[in-house]
Amino acid sequence: MSFIDQKFNSLAGKKALIPFMTAGFPKPDMTVPMMHYLVENGADIIELGMPFSDPMADGPVIQKASEKAIQQGVNLVQTLQMVSQFRQDNQHTPVVLMGYLNPVESMGYEKFVNSAAGAGVNGVLLVDSPPEESAELQSHLKKHQLEQIFLVAPTTSEARKKFICQQAGGFIYYVALKGVTGAADLNPEIVNQEIKQLKQYTALPIAVGFGVKDAASAVAVAAQADAVVIGSALIQQLLGCQDKHSAKKAISDFMRPIRLALDSL
Amino acid sequence: MTQKFDNLPDETGHFGRFGGNFAAETLFHCLEELKAAYKKLKTDADFQQQFQRDLAEFVGRPSPLYHAERLTKQQQGAQIWLKREDLNHTGAHKINNTVGQILLAKAMGKKRIIAETGAGQHGVATATVAARMGLDCVVYMGAVDIERQAINVYRMKLLGAEVRSVQSGSQTLKDALNEAMRDWVAHVDDTFYIIGTVAGPAPYPEMVRDFNSVIGQEVRKQSLEQIGRFPDALVACVGGGSNAMGLFHPFIEDQKVRMYGVEAGGKGLETGQHAASINAGKVGVLHGNRTYVMSDDSGQVTETHSISAGLDYPGVGPEHAYLNDTGRARYVTINDDEALAAFHNLTRKEGIMPALESAHAIAYGLKLAKTMSPEQHIVINLSGRGDKDVHTVANIEGVSV
Repeated sequence: MSFIDQKFNSLAGKKALIPFMTAGFPKPDMTVPMMHYLVENGADIIELGMPFSDPMADGPVIQKASEKAIQQGVNLVQTLQMVSQFRQDNQHTPVVLMGYLNPVESMGYEKFVNSAAGAGVNGVLLVDSPPEESAELQSHLKKHQLEQIFLVAPTTSEARKKFICQQAGGFIYYVALKGVTGAADLNPEIVNQEIKQLKQYTALPIAVGFGVKDAASAVAVAAQADAVVIGSALIQQLLGCQDKHSAKKAISDFMRPIRLALDSL
Repeated sequence: MTQKFDNLPDETGHFGRFGGNFAAETLFHCLEELKAAYKKLKTDADFQQQFQRDLAEFVGRPSPLYHAERLTKQQQGAQIWLKREDLNHTGAHKINNTVGQILLAKAMGKKRIIAETGAGQHGVATATVAARMGLDCVVYMGAVDIERQAINVYRMKLLGAEVRSVQSGSQTLKDALNEAMRDWVAHVDDTFYIIGTVAGPAPYPEMVRDFNSVIGQEVRKQSLEQIGRFPDALVACVGGGSNAMGLFHPFIEDQKVRMYGVEAGGKGLETGQHAASINAGKVGVLHGNRTYVMSDDSGQVTETHSISAGLDYPGVGPEHAYLNDTGRARYVTINDDEALAAFHNLTRKEGIMPALESAHAIAYGLKLAKTMSPEQHIVINLSGRGDKDVHTVANIEGVSV
């Protein structure tokens, strides 16, 4: 059983909270402490964004975070070092790297997977590497029991949902809306229906993200899902943070109500 | 067994290891839809007839194959012929593709058109066909490009398009493409994305190539009539590579016809300030396909430089990447100053002012001609006219217009 599977099992039906944060934002030396704050405030799994120059599926907030991180010299190598550092003090929170394929291709699949496994990464979500194009990467990931997480979108056909569910590991990431990360027009009723349907095809946990911004929207889409991902709204809170103390407060203020609301379900 | 080239891409959109479908999940369904619609219409007689009629009556095709006798005499080598895509409606080859894609959009019942543009040529070509079909049109353009291509921005507005300024990243063509993709993800149901070059996820590289293949098809016919045989060499500039693919593809199985793609060498490959993805980039994934990409050691896409905004793109069409690796076509570079010299040379010698993009092809074609004999023939694709670049040239030369 993989580390991510174990985590979901240990939750025993409790909804998982998965915050997303871009590595190196707002400042490189704040990332590791912030990962710990996230865990202290209820994160079950952390999605760590690998900064990329051309994040075509992301909205303006995550684009900016990515740009700022790159400007400060944070690339894939530094991101992996951060995970490694986080692992020195935390061995129980799965870390999923999220990003785009080009930096990974540039490093080389084998080297990337070896380094990621060595650093303590548990899963990888690459927005522009669908299952059809991921065979080679998957063969490397499997050697180290790293999971490749795939997205399912509102536009994904039934046949393709089945196919993706067969290929996926860790959990399925259901994209709650037609749009980029952080967009506004979430329809919880449809999301819940879709997730219910998706469960026919897989026993994997289902996380829902894109457009979830606070306790109310988290609860609204969590009725059927096993986990909720929050990214842009969290990063928005961190925009003004100059040091880890202000980040600690911002994270606590933002995460607590969401954690409480999910636990009340 | 000799290698076949004209049966690509394969079913999954790959040209060897290049191309493919590296798109966000939300777009998969509409890419599948587009692929199915295109497959059907590609062999549909009515659709093809309409396309041919539009090319003839709206674009003004066929474009002439012109014997540049004074340039030929100057170089004292091979006979130089120019394929006059600059004489098309809107002044470049870009209109071939937009005329084709808008028919597809209509057939698929889409109400809204989006496009990305760098220099503005593709944006103008898209706004033009959208106006003609009465469809809403939004063009994404980098803030930096908007600044340096003010006339094309105004042309698009006159044609009824909304030009949206892209403030992210390097604020140029690649970022405009990202932003158009983001728009598409949010409006997949009613929107058709007209990509302007032979890049993007499948089926775009194939489709844009096919719509531009009219260039090479005409050259086949015209060269038989005017020369009595096929040319010995073809030369075209390559940014994303749509005009080059359009010229090359119909000749791809005629191994005796050599092909040269000319990338933008900018200030010289050694300076790092260029846009020569094949010559100086590495294999990567950008904008939905695997190809040669200009990126740094960490896989971040780097900013490019070229005197011509239309070549200022950090990737290249995946089929070009494949033709390069198989050796079927050769990819060379021409620097800014060489392109500028060719711009003046053609203008003064033949009375034809080329776009700075096309001037790269002219510059290399002139060099190549010198190494060949007068019995040999070169066709250079004059992909666009130079009116749009007059301000750039004047600026460089310190002339205020």
